[in-house]
Amino acid sequence: MSAVETNIQSETVVPPQTATPSNVAKMRGRDVCVFYGEKQALFDVNIDIMEREVTALIGPSGCGKSTFLRCLNRMNDVVDICRVTGDITLDSQDIYDRAVDVVHLRARVGMVFQKPNPFPKSIYENIAYGPRIHGLTRNKAELDEIVETSLQKAGLWKEVKDRLDSPGTGLSGGQQQRLCIARAIAVAPEVILMDEPCSALDPIATAKIEDLIHELRENYTIAIVTHSMQQAARVSQKTAFFHLGNLVEYGETEQIFTNPKDERTQGYITGRFG
Amino acid sequence: MSVSMLLAVVLICAAVFYVLGNRRAIGVSGGDSRQLHSRPNYYGILAALWFAIPAIAVIVVWQVLQGHFLEGGIVDSLPPDVLERSADQVRLVVATIKSLAFGGIASGVEPYMLESAAGYRSAHGFSQTLMSIMSLALGLLVAGTTVARITPQTRARNGVERIVKAMLIACASLAILTTAGIVLSMLFETINFFKTVPLSNFFFSTEWDPRFSSAGRDGGDTGQFGMIPLMVGTMYVAFVAMLVAVPIGLLAAMYLAEYATPKFRATAKPMLEILAGIPTVVYGFFALVTVGPFLRDTGDIMGLDIDARSVMTAGIVMGIMIIPFISSLSDDVITQVPRSLREGSLGLGATKSETIRKVIFPAALPGIVGSILLAASRAIGETMIVVMAAGVAANLSGNPFEPMTTVTVKIVNQLTGDNEFTSPQTLVAFALGMTLFVITLGLNIFALHIVRKYREQYD
Repeated sequence: MSAVETNIQSETVVPPQTATPSNVAKMRGRDVCVFYGEKQALFDVNIDIMEREVTALIGPSGCGKSTFLRCLNRMNDVVDICRVTGDITLDSQDIYDRAVDVVHLRARVGMVFQKPNPFPKSIYENIAYGPRIHGLTRNKAELDEIVETSLQKAGLWKEVKDRLDSPGTGLSGGQQQRLCIARAIAVAPEVILMDEPCSALDPIATAKIEDLIHELRENYTIAIVTHSMQQAARVSQKTAFFHLGNLVEYGETEQIFTNPKDERTQGYITGRFG
Repeated sequence: MSVSMLLAVVLICAAVFYVLGNRRAIGVSGGDSRQLHSRPNYYGILAALWFAIPAIAVIVVWQVLQGHFLEGGIVDSLPPDVLERSADQVRLVVATIKSLAFGGIASGVEPYMLESAAGYRSAHGFSQTLMSIMSLALGLLVAGTTVARITPQTRARNGVERIVKAMLIACASLAILTTAGIVLSMLFETINFFKTVPLSNFFFSTEWDPRFSSAGRDGGDTGQFGMIPLMVGTMYVAFVAMLVAVPIGLLAAMYLAEYATPKFRATAKPMLEILAGIPTVVYGFFALVTVGPFLRDTGDIMGLDIDARSVMTAGIVMGIMIIPFISSLSDDVITQVPRSLREGSLGLGATKSETIRKVIFPAALPGIVGSILLAASRAIGETMIVVMAAGVAANLSGNPFEPMTTVTVKIVNQLTGDNEFTSPQTLVAFALGMTLFVITLGLNIFALHIVRKYREQYD
């Protein structure tokens, strides 16, 4: 636990290098229900997202997996009619507690979206945006270093190091998505949420992002929503299957894909419905 | 047949041809409209268009040329002694005769005029009849041929498409030609103006004193036409207005677009837009009765000598007037910035105001500058508020609490006076208009250039 509670700045400089999962639940959901106006979108979800593991959320469209993901860093706050009940904790602290600063929470729990959404600024400015608004650096040299290490971690440094001043929107789709991942890494989050990060990308770009997720797992806790069951099987250690707003089954990825306990899971992963 | 009558007949005939074309198409298809290249109503529309277009074209061309020929006829019928008079007087006589012919009121009527008027009247009647026949005949010919040629293979749909495209092009070029026409008409009068007044007098003199139209005619002083005090007045008032409108308008737009609940926005935005619908003369009252005296009294309290009519009064009221231009348009542009950019920024832990300042504002900048430009051109062109709130005296002063006047006010002044149209006192209005046009055009081009350079383009 103590490694987790080190502050953001020091973590940037000395990332913990342990690759083995620590068997600690980084985030916990207890009886989470989500309502959009009158309509209930999630029913009593209970889940533990383990530290330094990749948790895949799968299920048919409209099953609530993206909704749940967006609860984890309170992105649903942006939606006026959305209401969340139940408990979600980050390091045992309730993130919906009144004392929690949502801005600080989102710095600790970063997010990568379905469609690459680089800001219409230069590549450098895209990465520097987060560190600047959180005041993570004391001078330009430190900022340059964060930009470089973030791009390196996202596997984009070699491709863009000579054109950091050109607009981020000019990159290819896959590069844009890696730029967005680098942008998220730059604020040194503890958890990275990915909402179908490869759905707008071609297979080659997808493979690169998946490799990246493997590498990122060493330092970050990752939750990923995906429609591709092969992808879930390839990148994740834990898999959660959502159906009609319910968390149907949650367990080791291998177990979910080889020996599902629920027949709805069985039906979905074998392609009989969904 | 009068022109409006004729137009009505043309429209009725076109409707008839619509039915004919439609029927004929169904007829040639043997009752099975699937055999046709286009749906039957396209054949009808094609026939109707081919009736209306030639017929209306004949009417337009005839109306344009008719006046010229008929006036020639009047001049030919005039007695030789009348023709020996000056060109202006002959024109007056011709106008009198025309007025007589259609029962108008005319003075100085002489017997030969009555005779000419009768001749003109009959010639005009004959011309109108001939026009009606020609117009309808051409329409019948073209549309009849179109209908007769309809086969199942006729590509009526494509034909209609071509005609629609031609009409769109015609409308677009009409708008452009009108602009060109306005500029040209100003240009020629401006050239006339500079034939009597030297360029340096207009552009570099700081004194505005055009005097009366008799001045200069007798070899004396032509008066001073220095535009600098007016131009400075215009820019000063517009500057004060922008100082009021840009911050208020932009911040209001940001509130409406990013913070306000949809319900509040739905009521507040139209209410803000009402400001744009108030006639400027009413703003003038507001300036004259409320803002001006308020500024004066405030000045009194602080021991300052503030004129009720001043640049400040006009600028503040004008600023209020143009707030909705900036707020409403900017609000639209800000709302159009993709949601994904907002979420991207919020997801990194940015606050709402950081997101607006660093992501949304730069992305919406081109549209925001566009709205500011529109507001600025309104401010520069505004006349009524200035007349009522800043006066008509052409002062050159840096003090915003003194009366000043603007280019547009002086244009109105010079054109509505009882000066002769050819005198420099009147023509200066065109020179002023032209200068203002060139300056605002320059500002627009400059602003577009800046926007293109600094915009952050999202896709």
